Amino acid sequence: MEHVIRTQGLVKAFGRTQALNGLDLEVGRGEVHGFLGPNGAGKSTTIRVLLGLLRKDGGHATLLGGDPWRDAVSLHRRLAYVPGDVQLWPNLSGGEAIDLLGALRGPVDVGRRDELVERFQLDPTKRCSTYSKGNRQKVAIVAGLASDVELYLLDEPTSGLDPLMETVFQEVVHEITARGGTVLLSSHILTEAEALCDRVSIIRDGRIVEQGTLASLRHLTRTTLHVTTRHPLDGLDGLPGVHDVVTTHDRRAAGFEVEADHLDGVVQHLGGIGVLTLTSAPPTLEELFLRHYGSEPARPDGTDVPATPRPRRARTSR
Amino acid sequence: MTTTRPLAGSWRLVRLAVRRDRTVLPVWIASITVLTWAVVASYAATVPTEADRIATATLSASNPMTRIFDGPASGASLGAMSLVEGYKVFAILTALMSAQAIVRHTRADEETGRAELLGSAPVGRHARLCAALVLVLGANLVLGVTTATAVAANGLAWSGAWAAGLAVAGTGWVFAGVAAVGAQVLSTARGANAVAGGALGVAFVLRAIGDLRGEITDGGLALVSAWPSWLSPLGWGQQIRPFYQDRWWIAGLFVALTAALVAVAAMLTDRRDLGSGMVPARRGPARASRWLISPLGLAWRIQRGVLLAWLVSVAVFGAVLGSMGDTLEDYLAENATVRQMLLSLSPDADLMDLFFALIMALVGLACAGYTVQALLRMRSEEVSGRLEPLLATAVGRRRWLIGHLLIAGAGTVLLLTVSGLASGLTYGAITGHWTEGVGGFLAAALVQAPAALALGGLVLTVFGLLPRLAAPITWSALAAALVMGQLGALLDLPQWLLDVSPFTHVPLVPAEAFTPGPVAALCAAAILLGALGVATFRRRDLVIGA
Repeated sequence: MEHVIRTQGLVKAFGRTQALNGLDLEVGRGEVHGFLGPNGAGKSTTIRVLLGLLRKDGGHATLLGGDPWRDAVSLHRRLAYVPGDVQLWPNLSGGEAIDLLGALRGPVDVGRRDELVERFQLDPTKRCSTYSKGNRQKVAIVAGLASDVELYLLDEPTSGLDPLMETVFQEVVHEITARGGTVLLSSHILTEAEALCDRVSIIRDGRIVEQGTLASLRHLTRTTLHVTTRHPLDGLDGLPGVHDVVTTHDRRAAGFEVEADHLDGVVQHLGGIGVLTLTSAPPTLEELFLRHYGSEPARPDGTDVPATPRPRRARTSR
Repeated sequence: MTTTRPLAGSWRLVRLAVRRDRTVLPVWIASITVLTWAVVASYAATVPTEADRIATATLSASNPMTRIFDGPASGASLGAMSLVEGYKVFAILTALMSAQAIVRHTRADEETGRAELLGSAPVGRHARLCAALVLVLGANLVLGVTTATAVAANGLAWSGAWAAGLAVAGTGWVFAGVAAVGAQVLSTARGANAVAGGALGVAFVLRAIGDLRGEITDGGLALVSAWPSWLSPLGWGQQIRPFYQDRWWIAGLFVALTAALVAVAAMLTDRRDLGSGMVPARRGPARASRWLISPLGLAWRIQRGVLLAWLVSVAVFGAVLGSMGDTLEDYLAENATVRQMLLSLSPDADLMDLFFALIMALVGLACAGYTVQALLRMRSEEVSGRLEPLLATAVGRRRWLIGHLLIAGAGTVLLLTVSGLASGLTYGAITGHWTEGVGGFLAAALVQAPAALALGGLVLTVFGLLPRLAAPITWSALAAALVMGQLGALLDLPQWLLDVSPFTHVPLVPAEAFTPGPVAALCAAAILLGALGVATFRRRDLVIGA
């Protein structure tokens, strides 16, 4: 696979605060790559290093085959960036800001720009000082997504958008990938990532803790089963890979979680008891996410994960 | 709740404001206090004997330059003489301290959105303005006490010392009030500070005219100012006349004007929405013109408002100062003794040439204020996060910087040209001496440009190396240049220290000959410091958020 973004052991510190701690990120051409993590995990710092706005302290980073710091200007012609908290020039109109940010990158497709302004229902004649957060966000989205480039770096692009606009945004991202564009989508809105992403990387404390397709990540986690049986449920607790068993008093109904690798054994065990009903829910991204950041020590391989992320003072990430 | 208790929550906000300013205000207060102490202390060394003092006071009362730049002579006592000379600098610093603090806690908070967060808490509509005023008026009371103590510490009487403290604190009060109104009328912190700066300029000019037209009294030792001085809060500060008349009732003028300004500001707060000014925002074009789409085009769009405001101000200021030349000429023609006395001080200089040079030295310093402000705009673009999406396009850091550099540099030269022309043309129109006026003022103005640009070079260097400290360091440098230029000789500062200020090296053209050496050195300093700033900025992280 051709990598559009590749970092190895990326390190960035702000004073004594370690923002990136050996980050390995790989994004292949043509994919929508979800970059997931809570506030302060290092998502924005990573993107700013990739944009050459921050200088890495260690490790390697290549972007579109170039050095993000040294080749910043030439690389920026081939990418578009949408920040998560857009600040605009108060005395410019929204239309002026869109044209400015677009044209400083390269040629603007005026038809596409007008189409996106229309679809996002933005009034381009209003001054930026009078826009709400959502409307400022739309300005940056239109300016970024109207350009036909190879790579789109989107840093929590939909914060402040209403659900209707969120849908429009997802449509536009699909159009981009249909054209062959690559997208790095930083987010903590998991439904958005589930709807859009081919692969995801989960970042925690400046390090990637999981990376892979959604399917492969689901494989790493547990499926939730609810079952009712003819005979009493016995011996569930003793089975390998079964967790959090809750049974009724008569022991003929239960809910529990099963590790993906042990699903087969559990189903065989249940078959002997006489299954009346069985529902199975695959893990959502949210469960995946909570598993990494929540209170449970929950790596399938048994390694312990600290209960809560260390509080950090991120100076430049929002 | 907000309608019934408009001041609810004020006390908590005062505590917040004190917490936020716990470094800034004490530094200001300590600096002004130490400066006051030093001015009074060194004055005693300059005029040690009674005879020296009488001679100096007589000259000050009759010398039109002293009348314009310092104020009305008030007898031959050490306290009165040192305070008349020092007050202008104390007043400017106090006014800036007060105005900036008010704007910081009112309009600047609205710009950043902090005010909205507070406004959602159970906080009354007037609470933020009230808290800002409590903080700043209180700080001025403290400053009044400390400056009075600094004066008395030189062995002078407490009554005069308190009068001096009143002059300083009262000035601070009035400009706090001016800034409070400015912060309601204009929708940006920059604009609100500009209102206070403009008011300071008007107050200076009114006092200068009033004192220039005053009449000598008290056996030649003092000056009774003409009415324009009484229209100016800087005039009131001088009319208290510490150690001469100690007119306490002038405190009433300060309090009354401050109260009136605060009432206007409070009334305006009731009539507008949070975040907006009195001037509603208009719609703009749906598309950008091609002039906007370049780093230079954007920089011009960002900077043009400030430059335009400065152009109008220096043109008016320059014209008024130029018009004073007429009175000055008449005065010198009528008073042969004064003429003789001044000539004995600087036998080679033409007095009108000296007038051109001194006026433009002050204007040059003011224009350097524009240079600093225009260049610091780069930092506010960075802090606010507006620079980030720009540098994520195909715009390199150097190209972006150069856009702002061109405007700040060309703007500085343009401002000096306009102020020189405005002074020269008014002077020419009134006196008929066109060539001397226009040529003299223009030369005196333009020779300031290398010094202002050298200070601009410093702004760039600090912006590149210490971005978080860019604003405090460069504004302090400008304040230090003001103190050195206006009080350096009096304070008997060592030459090496005076040499740090670029303005020390500006020749007093046209009164003195143009010296290419120092001017070339200033140009070289501007270029080197600027290049250092550009190089370091290209190598550093973007620092977003203060």
